[in-house]
Amino acid sequence: MAQITYREALRSALMEAMDRDRSIVLLGEDIGVYQGTFRVTADFLQQYGPARVIDTPISELGFIGAAVGMAMLGLRPVVEVMTWNFAFLAADQILNNAAKVRYFSGGQVDVPLIIRGPNGAGVQLSAQHSQSVEALYAHYPGLWVAAPATPADAHGLLKTALEGRDPVIFLENAALYGTKGEVPEGDGAIPFGRAEIIRPGRDVTIVAYSRMVQVAVSAAQQLEGEGIEAEVLNLRTLRPLDTDSLLESVRRTHHAVVVQEQWKPFGPVAELAATIYEGAFDSLDAPVERVTGADVPMPYARNLELLAVPHERDIAAAVKRTLGRE
Amino acid sequence: MKVQKPDEAIRSRPRVSETEVAASLHWYRLMVLTRRFEEEAERAFRRGKIGGYLHVYTGQEAVAAGFLAALRPDDVFFTAYRDHAHALFRGTPPGAVMAELYGKATGIAKGKGGSMHLFDVARGFYGGYGIVGGHIPLATGAAYALRYQGSDRALLCFLGDGAMHSGSFHEPVNLAALWGRDGLCPIVYIVENNKYAMGTSVARSTLVTNLAAHFDAYGIENEQIDGQDFFTVKEAADRIVARVRTTGRPYAVEVITYRFAAHGAADLFQPYRTKEEVEAARERDPILILERHLREAGVLDDERVEAVRAEADATVADALQFAETSPEPPADELERDVYHSS
Repeated sequence: MAQITYREALRSALMEAMDRDRSIVLLGEDIGVYQGTFRVTADFLQQYGPARVIDTPISELGFIGAAVGMAMLGLRPVVEVMTWNFAFLAADQILNNAAKVRYFSGGQVDVPLIIRGPNGAGVQLSAQHSQSVEALYAHYPGLWVAAPATPADAHGLLKTALEGRDPVIFLENAALYGTKGEVPEGDGAIPFGRAEIIRPGRDVTIVAYSRMVQVAVSAAQQLEGEGIEAEVLNLRTLRPLDTDSLLESVRRTHHAVVVQEQWKPFGPVAELAATIYEGAFDSLDAPVERVTGADVPMPYARNLELLAVPHERDIAAAVKRTLGRE
Repeated sequence: MKVQKPDEAIRSRPRVSETEVAASLHWYRLMVLTRRFEEEAERAFRRGKIGGYLHVYTGQEAVAAGFLAALRPDDVFFTAYRDHAHALFRGTPPGAVMAELYGKATGIAKGKGGSMHLFDVARGFYGGYGIVGGHIPLATGAAYALRYQGSDRALLCFLGDGAMHSGSFHEPVNLAALWGRDGLCPIVYIVENNKYAMGTSVARSTLVTNLAAHFDAYGIENEQIDGQDFFTVKEAADRIVARVRTTGRPYAVEVITYRFAAHGAADLFQPYRTKEEVEAARERDPILILERHLREAGVLDDERVEAVRAEADATVADALQFAETSPEPPADELERDVYHSS
């Protein structure tokens, strides 16, 4: 087992696949000469050349749409969005073309496309650069949505995405690029739709994905000192959603806290809560608790920003509420 | 850059060889068939047999015919939602096209796409798109893929005049020019200027009404041609497709044409243009122009014209019969084709 960063995990998954499969091409802003805004693709241009590592002008609509067309004709494009906030400019290409062309062509084309980049809040990037987009994309049939929380997830989920035949929205997180973790030697592909119990516990299930998994684990560690054994379920992918693992865990713990970084209304945890109510209602000893970001555009001031995103204490408080231990 | 006015283009129309004339009889037949097909599709729409939207190609036939006649079987093309003719010209069985409009299981897209989303990938037809301009990025990337894979296949991207003022036009054509510099984008952008974006004329959409000239801004070579004369289109198409195939660089053509029919079946009163204007445009019916050429060349006479029309009537009647009697998609088709694994 090697200890590597989330960034290195992404890089190695990409390189292993690109060495083997010439149909993989990368597109994005400043991924080549500039070496990548978050340096995920540093040295790739030198190694794979400009026909495979395509620096684009600032044209998200253009190059994401072009990548969809490349995928339809048999390439495996991997698009880097500098941040997911910029992909709104390409929303029509992702939602109306990538997600649907397979269906409305009656299955005549595949779109093996990956769009990857950082999602979620940064540090004082304010309203336009701090969004979490998963609710939007996970809503759409035709897309898969992966949200890796650890280096092993980043490596294993990207490997699976690179082998797939359907478009993948691959949500990374800027705060995670430098985090270290163990990545299994060898292939290490992690199938989509398989959640991981990243920390077992018997009193309550905390469900999270991406960076919030790390926050949930840290909350669980705090709660341990208070005699509460919290299980943390790392979803890894939102679409497909591992409903079986979710319900299995909740049936054991009889309590659930669901966590997301962004706005509460119509967010992913509403879907998770509804799934739990539909599938494990009889097992619940208390209502599902939702932990979410504040329902405001992200403020710039650091103190307000910190109030706008969930922290360990918010998760711990929700756990205590659902356990009646306030 | 070479920019020809339509009337100059007509005057400078190339001489057509005898073999060329003989070959064009095939395209005359397809154009007559397509015209009949569209008439019957409109009728079926009014009878409630066809749902949703219906955009017919009547008046513009020589454009797609001329360009598709220049393609090899392994070449590729994309278009927007006025797409029935493109499928028929490429050889998609008329029954499979009509069945798609009827929403039947035997449709070319299993009844899942309808009129706006015809696809026949086996014949190089990659759709059929309903968002104006939305397919231009796809076609541009697809052209890159063809070249990246080492082939000399060419790609046609048909688009309307109305698509030229969206970001989904400007962003990909800039990419095409960049990629073409390295010989990696063998695409022909064919602007079918039928004068109106639904009800908004070209002059009300841009001050630069020479649409070919828009490509100058991106360094893409371009020209304007008349779209009502099959031979003019075919000559340009042969020359341009061969060039793009050789160079891997994009090229753009503004084809001046006219939509005789309403924008869509719901465009009843057409308040944006006069009856006189439409009648004047119908004077230059592409089917009649080609027919006149073929009569002059001795390939067609009254009797043969009648035979072609009768053949088209019969083919369209068969297509309607096939669509009428085909089954609806079974319920288990609902969730199929969303993902590769579904």
